[in-house]
Amino acid sequence: MNEPLPSFDLQRFDGRRRWKNRLAIVVLTLLTTLAVWPFVSILKYVIERGYPALTWTLFTNLPKPVGEAGGGIANALVGSITMVALASVVGIPAGIFAGAYLSEFGRGKVATTLRFTCDLLVSVPSIIIGLFAYTLIVIPMKGFSAYAGAFAMLMIQVPMVTRTTEEILKLVPQHLREAGLALGIPRWKVILRIVLRGSLSGLTTGVMLALARILGETAPLLFTAFNNRFWSEKLNQPTASLPVLIYTYAISPFDDWHAQAWAAALVLVLFVLLLNVATRLILGRRADIRH
Amino acid sequence: MEQLLALPIVRSFLPQGRKEIHLGDRLFYLSLKSLSVLIILSLCALVYLLWGMATPAFAKFGWGFFTTSTWNPVTEAFGSLAFIYGTVVSSLLGLLIATPVSIAVALFLNEVAPRPVGTVLGFMVEMLAAIPSVVFGIWGVFSLAPWVRATLQPAIQSYAGWLPIFQGPPYGVGMFTAGIILAIMITPTISSICREVFRTIPFTVREGALALGGTKWEMMKMAILDSSRSGIFGATVLGLGRAFGETMAVTMVIGNRPQISASLFAPAQTMASIIANEYAEASSDMHHSALAAVGLALFLVSLLFNGGARFVLWRTDRKFRSRA
Repeated sequence: MNEPLPSFDLQRFDGRRRWKNRLAIVVLTLLTTLAVWPFVSILKYVIERGYPALTWTLFTNLPKPVGEAGGGIANALVGSITMVALASVVGIPAGIFAGAYLSEFGRGKVATTLRFTCDLLVSVPSIIIGLFAYTLIVIPMKGFSAYAGAFAMLMIQVPMVTRTTEEILKLVPQHLREAGLALGIPRWKVILRIVLRGSLSGLTTGVMLALARILGETAPLLFTAFNNRFWSEKLNQPTASLPVLIYTYAISPFDDWHAQAWAAALVLVLFVLLLNVATRLILGRRADIRH
Repeated sequence: MEQLLALPIVRSFLPQGRKEIHLGDRLFYLSLKSLSVLIILSLCALVYLLWGMATPAFAKFGWGFFTTSTWNPVTEAFGSLAFIYGTVVSSLLGLLIATPVSIAVALFLNEVAPRPVGTVLGFMVEMLAAIPSVVFGIWGVFSLAPWVRATLQPAIQSYAGWLPIFQGPPYGVGMFTAGIILAIMITPTISSICREVFRTIPFTVREGALALGGTKWEMMKMAILDSSRSGIFGATVLGLGRAFGETMAVTMVIGNRPQISASLFAPAQTMASIIANEYAEASSDMHHSALAAVGLALFLVSLLFNGGARFVLWRTDRKFRSRA
């Protein structure tokens, strides 16, 4: 392409095309930089502003009134972990087994409807899930509670885990199942011991992505788990969580709350990115093995 | 042979009809199936309960609920037009910014960037999708909004300030800031689907364009962009669906004022953000019901857009599969 072309006119025409090409590539590069910039900027801000406020007392203390030093986010941290755990105890097995149903018996009407349902649930705005949890749990229980928050998380988690599980189990070669069945192993044991156990690392990635997602959810917690400035001793009390704390502190007018919100955001971002990077590593290793 | 078949141990392996032989298998199948039915029923319950909650507001206000913009919890006069306007305008604004950027990202990462650069940048764009909405929100409040107030808005106003959509005092928070943050949040979605769509185009098509003497840019235009139009359309519709439902980040930067103003820099309110702001504190039943009605409308709209986008994408996928 760099050799001179025979005709003068053609060369000039060609030069214009080449300049256009260069310009296009420069524009594409700039726009990509623009798209990546927010990620860099968010990380920079979260670290710059969150790190100085990241003290030991932040993790051990309860929130204190404005102006008093040493306020912490301990209850929000515990609240988040409690609700995620509560949701996961039900949600992970439910999602995995529903995914196994789709991949192993996934032909009938029920399976098709379930696939459709999961696609819908994944795309429903999470605040709508919050409205659902409010009507189903908060109204009958007459109050905000960790149960309601966990239920909202469950509704977000199950469809995610179901769909990823189905995708991952479909990768298991058919002959492994046939080998198990040929040995006379009952089907349920083949599914549990061969199909599911063999895809453990893949399933873990799906679960971790779902955990990262529900850990950061704010909207469905606003009127289900609500918030609490103290420890929630029981699961049927309003419960604080990291995302809701970040939200309420960030829109407050107080500087020390802002600092704590940044610190909480740093903790949350670290958790979420760690889960995502770990997922990448596990998937990357699997891909290496296959080649 | 017949003697062999007569042996009990051999006979036990022979097929005995198509029914599941083991009781355990039947129980396992039934329990998986009932779990699946339970998940399906939970979606039905969601729709049913949401409908039930919204009914009083619909019954009282009728279509006026969507065509008026008074929102007064004290006098119990509810109309959601301002929120619908806020959702639609902020999402379209986000889409307007995000679409060209996302297509550029997809082209750059797939076709232009050297492998290591592409991997790193692609990773960063994907991680952008993993960051919780509330973190976008806090970044928007403390970094983006001040920048819009101090830099972007004066700059735009000095060039195009005579346009009514760019007039008004600099608040920092408002429709425009919400649009920018939505653009940032949906860029990973749109660009990753565009990358998938671009990948379905066979390499021979690219090679053909280059072999005809086309430059890289001409190749991208002819071989990739022209033939992925419907795929890109599907990706943008899916991005729009996501923007409609986005709650926290928007709530934090849109200024939360239920008004329809000509200026894009004025504070506004969206369907999702009004629910986030008022639901926990709503006192009257009618207030709850009106918010649920806004929620139901939001649910149906996001359903429509997501379903539509999936249909378009599924069709493009099939088109290329059948050709290949």
